[in-house]
Parts: sequence; C-alpha cells; structure tokens
Amino acid sequence: MLTSVAALIVLAGLYSVHMMEEHGHIITGMNNQIVWGIPHVFAIFMIVAASGVLNVSSIGSVFNKPAYKARAPLAGLLSLAMLAGGLTVLMLDLGRPDRIIVAATNYNLTSVFAWNVLLYSAMFAAVVVYLWTMMEARMQPWSKHAGFVVFIWRFALTTGTGVIFSFLVARQAYGSAILPPMFIVISFAWGLAVFHIVQSAIYQWNGKMLDEYVQKRMKNLLGVFVVAALYFVVVYHLTNLYFARQVEFERFILADGGIYPLLFWAGYVVLGNLLPLLLIYLPGWGKTQHVAVASAMVILGGFAFLYVFIIGGQAFPLSIFPGFEVKSSFGDGVIGLYSPSLPEVLLGFGGVGIAFLITAVGIRVLNFVPREIPKKAL
Amino acid sequence: MSEINVQRRQFLKMSMGVAAVSIAPGIFLFDMAHGKADANKVRWGMLIETANCAEGCNDCVTACNTENGLSDGVSSTDSQWIRKIEIKDISTGRETSLPMMCQHCEHPPCVDVCPTGASFKRADGIVLVDKHLCIGCRYCMMACPYKARSFVHEPLQNQNPDVPRGRGTVESCTMCVHRIDQGQQPACAVACPNKSILFGNLNDPDSEIATRIRTVASAQVRADLGLNPGVRYQGL
Repeated sequence: MLTSVAALIVLAGLYSVHMMEEHGHIITGMNNQIVWGIPHVFAIFMIVAASGVLNVSSIGSVFNKPAYKARAPLAGLLSLAMLAGGLTVLMLDLGRPDRIIVAATNYNLTSVFAWNVLLYSAMFAAVVVYLWTMMEARMQPWSKHAGFVVFIWRFALTTGTGVIFSFLVARQAYGSAILPPMFIVISFAWGLAVFHIVQSAIYQWNGKMLDEYVQKRMKNLLGVFVVAALYFVVVYHLTNLYFARQVEFERFILADGGIYPLLFWAGYVVLGNLLPLLLIYLPGWGKTQHVAVASAMVILGGFAFLYVFIIGGQAFPLSIFPGFEVKSSFGDGVIGLYSPSLPEVLLGFGGVGIAFLITAVGIRVLNFVPREIPKKAL
Repeated sequence: MSEINVQRRQFLKMSMGVAAVSIAPGIFLFDMAHGKADANKVRWGMLIETANCAEGCNDCVTACNTENGLSDGVSSTDSQWIRKIEIKDISTGRETSLPMMCQHCEHPPCVDVCPTGASFKRADGIVLVDKHLCIGCRYCMMACPYKARSFVHEPLQNQNPDVPRGRGTVESCTMCVHRIDQGQQPACAVACPNKSILFGNLNDPDSEIATRIRTVASAQVRADLGLNPGVRYQGL
C-alpha cells in the first residue's frame, strides 16, 4: 500500500520534470535572485542525511560496537537510497538535465560541483562494496576495511557539500569555513533521525520490540548529535552577529525577514531541537514511540533549517555597494521574493519517494532487517 | 645508409606532415574561439564615467537588449545583461547613477565554480558562457558578486543569429564579443548619449582607456574581493 503511494509520488515528480522541461523554470518559483529553491532543500537534506546515516555503520565496524554492527547493512541501504533520491532531484532540476553526460565528461577541476560529482559517485561505489563485504560471508574479512573507507569518504562527501556554500564569496550567508564541519555534525543528527524512523517502522510492521539497551543507547546518541548540531548553528550566527557588516543580514534571518525568522525559531530551534530533546531526555519519556516522534521533528526541523539557509540566504540582497542604498530593475537592494510552486515541490517529494522505494524493495528482497544480538552478548 | 633507415626517415617525415596538417585547423579554430592570436596582449575593458551617467536614462540597456535579442522585460525571471543602478551614499546622501553588467573579472568566481567549464574567460579577458556546455546548475549565479548573470527561464523565439542563447542555460553580458571580433565597439558604449562608457584595450598603454585610468581616479566595484574586474568606474 505505502509502496504504491510512493510510486505515485515518484510518478508525480517525473511529471513535474516533464512540465519543467516543456515550459522551462518559469513554472517554478525560482528566479534570477533565488536561483536555488525547494528542490535544493530536498536534495541537500537527503544527501547530507545519506552521509550521516552511515554513522550507524561506522560505530559498528570502525568502533566495534556490536549493537550497531547488526544495523550497519540497513544504514548502508538507507544511505544508497537517500543518495539516489537526492541526486535525482538535483539532476532533474538542472536547466538542461538532458546534458548530464556533459557533466560526466567535462570536469573543471576548480569547481566544487565537479569534485562533488566524483565524491558522490565514489561514495555510491564504496557503500555498495561495503554492503557486499557485510552480506557475503566470503567477503566478511574485508568488511572492516570497507567500513573504514566509507567512514573517511563520507567526511569528505559532507565537507564537499558544506564547501559548495563556504566557497561562495558573493553572498553574506555563505563564505564561512564553519559550514563544512557544521554540515558534518548536522548530518549525524539528520541521518540518525532517519534511521530511527525507519527502524521503528520495520520493527512495528514485523511486530518486534527493540531491545531496551539498544534503544537507550541510540536515543541518547540522537540527543547528543542534536545538541552538537545546534551548537554549530549558534556559533555560525554569533560570529555573524559580531561582524558589523553582517548584522543587517542576521537581523533579516533572525528577526525581520518574515517567513525566515519564523521557520528558524519555530521550525528549526523549537520543533527541530528543543521539543525533540525534551522527548528524548525528559524523565519517563524517551520510549521508542517518543524517539520516533522526536526523530520526525528533527527531520522537519532540518528542512526548516535548510529553507532558511538556502533560500533565506539568497533572498537577502547582494552587497554590491556596501554603505549605499541601492535600487534597480533587477532586484538590487530589495529582498528577493520566492514562493515554491507545485511542480518543484512534487519534484522534491519525488526524490523522497525514490529513496522510500529503494529502501522498501531492498528490505523486502534482501536481508537488511537488523538481527538482534541478545543483550548479554553486548 | 641502409634501405630500412631511409624508409623510416621518410615515414617519420610524412607522419609529421600529416600531423601538422590535421592539427593546424584545430589550432586555428581554437584561436577563433579563444580570441585572436595576439589576444594575450589585449585585455578589453571599460571605464564608466558616472558623473555623466544620467538618472533615468536607459539607452545603454535598450541598445543591449536590441543588439542581443533580449525581451526588454524586467520581471524577476527575465534576462537583464545590463541594468541601471541608482545608488545613494547612506552617510552623505550623495546620489549616483551607473550601469552594471558582467565586470569581466581577471579572476572570475563564475569560471572557478562552473562544473563543466562552460563559464570561461577568453585570452582577451572577456568572460563568456559556452551554451553547449552549460547544464543550467546556476552555481555561477550563486558565485557572482555582481549579480551579473541571468538564467533563461522560458523557451526563446526570434533570436539574433550572432548571439545564440538557450533555454535552461545561464547567460550574461558578452561585452558584445561578436562586435568586438569585427573591430566594432559594444552596443552600450555606442548608444550612450553622454559618451560615459569608454571601451578599449586596458593593456595598450597608448589606448584612450589606458591613458584615462592612468590620469583620473577610478575604482573597481567590490575591489576588496580581489577579482580585478575589467570594468572600472570613475566618480564612485
């Protein structure tokens, strides 16, 4: 039932792509000021979470924790699924998706995007090999090595994602060296949140109960990641607030900017951080269902964060003439307007649908469900 | 000398001849695409005299739109290769009007970030987009500190054959490269009624533009970024 809903969503996404091909990006909300929109929010969320979910594998294979080792194959599958979903959205949002072969054959080595094409492809390959070493008995001696390669590579991958923004000198929201580490820590939180939800769903559908010890460890880990991610976001904004030239931008994002401060405070800080932390740590709470709700909140908070970061960051006008009031026919000096249109939202959800389908089919066909190891053995 | 050796020499001579003949047109075409052969001595640039640039005058914009087949539209999804900006110094209240377009940087961020190499800089300093390589990712638009680039949001009609454009690709001021390569001036410079846009070779010490920038104070926009734009402004 859910699978057919997901398939329908994917179809709707593909239809949107067809419409965007037919009419051009004019049918999206994107324009010459807000050049990246909702598709990029979905794509970057999925790519970042795809890297973070592998933490579950790394804790198992690199740091030798058996509870996580049992979950490593599922984490690997989720990573592949989200990477595929995210990259599909990113690719189909291109102005000329038909030229993807050009992107695959022409590399400008100074371009972070070109690096990312290599980082993403290699990540895909590395995770496939890692899954193979885990699921094929003969290959198991290599599993630790493959796990280590994946561990290193995903740091490079998320650094690459952060660097897309941190190498931009033009816009005030970006161009900061804190962004790559911030994205890495954020990826831990989002990836684990996705893992929690999928794990709860699998256990629920199979009528299984999650081992109490494992449940407790994993929910505490989620709490730690959420706090760590929030720490980086706070430092990022504090640094900006300290620089006089950045104060106007921060006022826009945190106070005056309409939808952006609302999404930042209500969506990211409260829904994405404070409430999940209460659900996880409040005495008497922190049960499986609480953690599942907390994880859903972390994910929604993540989308709110990316909307503010990507779209809010572009909506604030470029500082071409610092110290001057500016006006023109091209939106200089004014806040960029953006309202996402149905096709681009469907394209984003289409990517989520692809990730869901890959996960659902993978779990059905292959042995990805965690095999519980008795508590005593841990 | 043995017969085999003679044959080998002949073979080598012939191969070199064949190689030269086959590479030559490629080199010629490469030169065509990357500026003229002596282009490394040329750096095209502009000096804009803001004192003469009249507020409300839009002649450079209109000329650009006509020359390059742009629609004249000013919605947020329309291409604008050149625009008039009115600026007012917040602390002194002094107002200035000026045209803003691609600044044809020596170190263009758009070229650095372009994944496919579609954004490129010719040997004569003109920054262009190869419409066959551009995949429409818009990363260059994120990277440009001058907001100089536009994305073609809709299918195009009635294009100027000299200035090919493409839906789903990014574009910007070409400094009227098709005119420059025929020895003409960019359309905006020709159209300005006050002769506020001076076009020329920055690297030729005897050119008018080089003489002027040597003798009058001029500035680059966002010079702090260190991109060394080819467009300079007088009276900013």
